[in-house]
Amino acid sequence: MKLKHGLIVLMLLLGAAGFALAQTAAPPTSAPVPAAATPAPAAAPAPTPPTGSPGAPGSIDAQAKINSGDTAWVLTSSALVLLMTAPGLALFYGGMVRKKNVLGTIMQSFIILCLISVQWVLWGYSMAFGPDKGGIIGSLAWFGLSGVGYDPNPDYAATIPHQAFMIFQMMFAVITPALIAGAFAERMKFSGFLLFTLLWATFVYDPLAHWVWAIGGWLRNMGALDFAGGTVVHISSGVAGLACALYMGKRKGYGTEAMPPHNLPLTVLGAALLWFGWFGFNAGSALSAGPLATVAFIVTNTATAAAALAWMGAEWLHRGKPTVLGAASGAVAGLVAITPASGFVTVLSSILVGIGAGVFCYIATSIIKNKLGYDDSLDAFGVHGIGGTWGAIATGLLATKLVNPAGGDGFFYGNPKQLMIQIIAVAASWAFSFIGTMIILKVVDSLVGLRVSTEEEQVGLDLSQHNEHGYN
Amino acid sequence: MKKIEAIIKPFKLDEVKDSLNDLGVKGMTVTEVKGFGRQKGHTETYRGAEYTVDFVPKVKIEIVVHDDLVAKVVEAITNAAKTGTIGDGKIFVTSLNEAIRIRTGEKGDNAL
Repeated sequence: MKLKHGLIVLMLLLGAAGFALAQTAAPPTSAPVPAAATPAPAAAPAPTPPTGSPGAPGSIDAQAKINSGDTAWVLTSSALVLLMTAPGLALFYGGMVRKKNVLGTIMQSFIILCLISVQWVLWGYSMAFGPDKGGIIGSLAWFGLSGVGYDPNPDYAATIPHQAFMIFQMMFAVITPALIAGAFAERMKFSGFLLFTLLWATFVYDPLAHWVWAIGGWLRNMGALDFAGGTVVHISSGVAGLACALYMGKRKGYGTEAMPPHNLPLTVLGAALLWFGWFGFNAGSALSAGPLATVAFIVTNTATAAAALAWMGAEWLHRGKPTVLGAASGAVAGLVAITPASGFVTVLSSILVGIGAGVFCYIATSIIKNKLGYDDSLDAFGVHGIGGTWGAIATGLLATKLVNPAGGDGFFYGNPKQLMIQIIAVAASWAFSFIGTMIILKVVDSLVGLRVSTEEEQVGLDLSQHNEHGYN
Repeated sequence: MKKIEAIIKPFKLDEVKDSLNDLGVKGMTVTEVKGFGRQKGHTETYRGAEYTVDFVPKVKIEIVVHDDLVAKVVEAITNAAKTGTIGDGKIFVTSLNEAIRIRTGEKGDNAL
């Protein structure tokens, strides 16, 4: 009970920190003249040239460089990526659990959207994208978005307001911990889940995003290619899911009682919304409304379609029936796998990425998982961990500068070194996410506990955690 | 006065109801039930996890009729519910002691 109160205090502090900040440092949004409000991060020359972003930083009025088309697309994309978490992922996962856990599962996605939205503007964005500390982490110099204003930050996106880049990245930080929830579905305590999510976002996601995307991040400096977050979002969440499934153990009755999805139409609807929102995720990652966004859009759609067909085909051959859940899962696997590759590969290559995703993820979720016996309930690892790993490696095989001159050439375009870099990035993400997640699980387990009691699990999360029923 | 319970395939309910109506049966009670006989269950597969579903959905019809009508009712149900495949269901006939219409207090055949 004491610990529960501690958690509530933690949440309040989170809010209080934001309030205090709003009173002391005038945020740029409240200033009448936008350009004057920002301490001109854009005026300083960029330490390294921006990758994949058009337009060079100049000394003329920063406002003039803002491209309204690019800004409109990035803001729209931010909303599209929000839609991926709630309702997309909420329905995708919500339909797959048993009836007694539908609200608890939907709540996890929904409340992560709320929790990380606040965490991100307070310290998350600064830790991920703020001034570099040794290639490992961003400093807290941008705490509370201090210095993150309307002027573009040419290090990241030269033609849109820095805050537009920030809100776009926020939606990525939101969906990543929400993906993990598939691994510990139907058995995690809500208080433990909140604390886990907050710590994981801060100590696993934020550093990893810094490594791969931030100026000075060590994986970025090494030349790792990750267009929209294959390593940062999908490998990290998938591997974290594996750690959760191993640490928390199986659901009561797993393997002996039937646990079929309670509402597959919700799941298919969720998968379709994920597909829709993913255009913001991948094409939005171009950070401009032009050819790069267009090719990312097309390869995303193509790989997803190919992966759904591949999973369905593999299952049809292997088990004799093409299932609807299989087709929906295949689509999500394809979306995951094309994510790191989406701004770097040709449309024809994306079909290969999709077929690989469908087949590999089918084997991982439907054959290997059952053999190994861990309870990754909704296959966060099987789809995101495996699909993300395949996507990162496929990028190293199939990337070409013909698609994106700011990208790189892969193995099949005469550059085997890129494949090695991708493998290092994958290994680093796996190791960091797995170890970081295990430590956080231990901490949360000892502070507030991770699992609901056996009785609560029997009753279901809806009633035991929220005093509600999904269906009356 | 006899009670007839018929367990049938759900999609045959309308045909059975219509043929009973034609016989002049004035009411019936229908329940969605699950069970198994020789048909057994089936298997479902979700991402490779196979579940055997032992209990198959069926519809149970209960009607109470005058003794004279029993043979005709049984024949009507049999004809309407029959597909010729395993799992068509069963009909049970039992004797009934009493029937009472709650509104009027009528008893026996008058209450039917």
